[in-house]
Amino acid sequence: MSESMTSPDVRLEEVVKEFGEMRAVDGISLEIPRGSFFALLGPSGCGKTTTLRMIGGFEEATSGRIFLGDRDVVGLPPYKRDVNTVFQSYALFPHMTIADNVAFGLQRKGIARAEVNTRVAEILELVDLAGRESRKPRQLSGGQQQRVALARAIVCNPRVLLLDEPLGALDLKLRKQMQLELKRIQHEIGITFVHVTHDQEEAMTMADTIAVMNGGRIEQLGTPADLYERPQSAFVAGFLGKSNLLAGTITGEGLVRLVDGSELRASTNGTRGPVSIGVRPEKISLSNGGVNRLAGKVKESAYIGVATEVVVTTSVGELTVFHQNVEAGGVAPAPGSQVTLSWAPEATFVVDRGDPGDRGEEHVV
Amino acid sequence: MTWIRRHLLTGYAILAFCYLLLPVSVVLLFSFNAPAGRFNYVWEGFTFDNWVHWDAVPGIRDAVVKSLEIAIVSTIAATVLGTLIALAIVRHRFRGRGVVNVLVFLPMSTPEIVLGASLLTLFINARVVTGFLTIFIAHVMFIVSYVVVTVKARLIDFDRHLEEAAMDLGANEWVTFRKVTLPLLAPAILSAALLGFALSIDDFVITYFVAGSTTTFPLFVWGAARVAVPPQVNVIASAIFLVSVLFMVGNVLWAVRAARRARESMPAALPVPDQLSRPEAA
Repeated sequence: MSESMTSPDVRLEEVVKEFGEMRAVDGISLEIPRGSFFALLGPSGCGKTTTLRMIGGFEEATSGRIFLGDRDVVGLPPYKRDVNTVFQSYALFPHMTIADNVAFGLQRKGIARAEVNTRVAEILELVDLAGRESRKPRQLSGGQQQRVALARAIVCNPRVLLLDEPLGALDLKLRKQMQLELKRIQHEIGITFVHVTHDQEEAMTMADTIAVMNGGRIEQLGTPADLYERPQSAFVAGFLGKSNLLAGTITGEGLVRLVDGSELRASTNGTRGPVSIGVRPEKISLSNGGVNRLAGKVKESAYIGVATEVVVTTSVGELTVFHQNVEAGGVAPAPGSQVTLSWAPEATFVVDRGDPGDRGEEHVV
Repeated sequence: MTWIRRHLLTGYAILAFCYLLLPVSVVLLFSFNAPAGRFNYVWEGFTFDNWVHWDAVPGIRDAVVKSLEIAIVSTIAATVLGTLIALAIVRHRFRGRGVVNVLVFLPMSTPEIVLGASLLTLFINARVVTGFLTIFIAHVMFIVSYVVVTVKARLIDFDRHLEEAAMDLGANEWVTFRKVTLPLLAPAILSAALLGFALSIDDFVITYFVAGSTTTFPLFVWGAARVAVPPQVNVIASAIFLVSVLFMVGNVLWAVRAARRARESMPAALPVPDQLSRPEAA
């Protein structure tokens, strides 16, 4: 291989895509290292699918550069790019058998018939579809069609596999199963996966690195733990899991004053001025053990199995607490009782004050 | 009362079938007639002679061959042209697209007699000698409309991701068209071609204007009818009818077999509603 092993498989530089007046992708730069499982996560209309389609060659970037390895692929048609795609609708050829569908890419490469047959058989074995070779796509279930689409793409052994909401059409149980299945296959074959999804749980389950997109831009890029523990914007905090966000002002290094005058500790990293301060519901304890404390009154509590969700009204607003049901019986405080909430400064994050992203609400864990 | 209610629909259906099939049966029956004189209007006796010597009437063989030639070449030309027009209209945004979209309907909606007369005027003014070529041009013109309409309907439902998938898997534009687009459009193209063929074989009005000295089968029948229609005309008409019935039956059988095959290989067959059961009459 002529290029260095360290060059990323995919590199985007200031990529912009405009549809008429609408700017779908607004200057995205990112690098996807070889062999990683990368997710583009965001609400619908955030530009994630457009970004994927530009990597695949189905849309031309308005400006910017796209590299696959060391090769600038802008202007190249899809059939000259070393990537393969699993489409949301699977896009299996309805007039061909499963075997012919999977063999399509290999035949285009001019591979000998005997080898094509061997590789098709191998890949159908890998996705657990051996014995269905002569079926037509519509004779298979949704989950099976999904695996044919996957097999058809990975049998070509591309540099990068693009997945456009590949599990979107499956029911919940099958989706969970396929998430683990996809991860297993990615480990087994070692190809770089770029996965587009609007499901934060799916992204967190499967990906090594997630780019959270909003309004055509990348809000934050990092590991699932990074994004969850240290969100850098109100949008990310709201889109991944549930957050309590409180308005405040930074008064000094590591110190934030809330609207009622009380002060909390957080890592401020040199930020100044008006901010929002956030804490995850499961990081809050209903005892006064932590450094950051707020007094409040229980508004309601709901038993949800692994935890009890307690909503507490304080002088700075409502906070949600997930109180772990460690002991049998559940000992959550009753509505109306006075409680003290406390949590550690390390569990406290600071983001720009802004719209906490109500679109994230439906993705609450 | 109950009896009437139960059998009213059946009776109605039988009447409708008679209405549709009676003229055809008369044509078929009289192709086996052995007329005494020149007129084939009265049943005289049964014979296979007309079928065996179907070309005994002077000119009939040439007319049939001419009709088939025109139908074949104009159907092929119109199908290719119409498919390309449909692709252009659905897939591309170009200046004049809206106009083309409307214009292709024109031959379908304009009375044939107007089309025929104005075509003849056009050909005379352009000093084109009427004959095989002008019939061909006229037939291509009206078949194209049907092809465009049929193929366009299929193209609008076409999943563009299929073509993207083909290109994603390494097929260039031409291979994608040949391996994916064309096979999926084939049923629509084929049915458009069959319809076009039937329209061409059958056309009289437009052909009458632009035929010059060329005689197609419908023109031959017209000419013969002024003297007397020989039973061989019934033979040809019956043959055309039987061939199209054959096509239809073949098509139905093929569809039934495809459906059965699909059902048999389904992992879990869906229950088929029993269409034969009817609610009992009160």
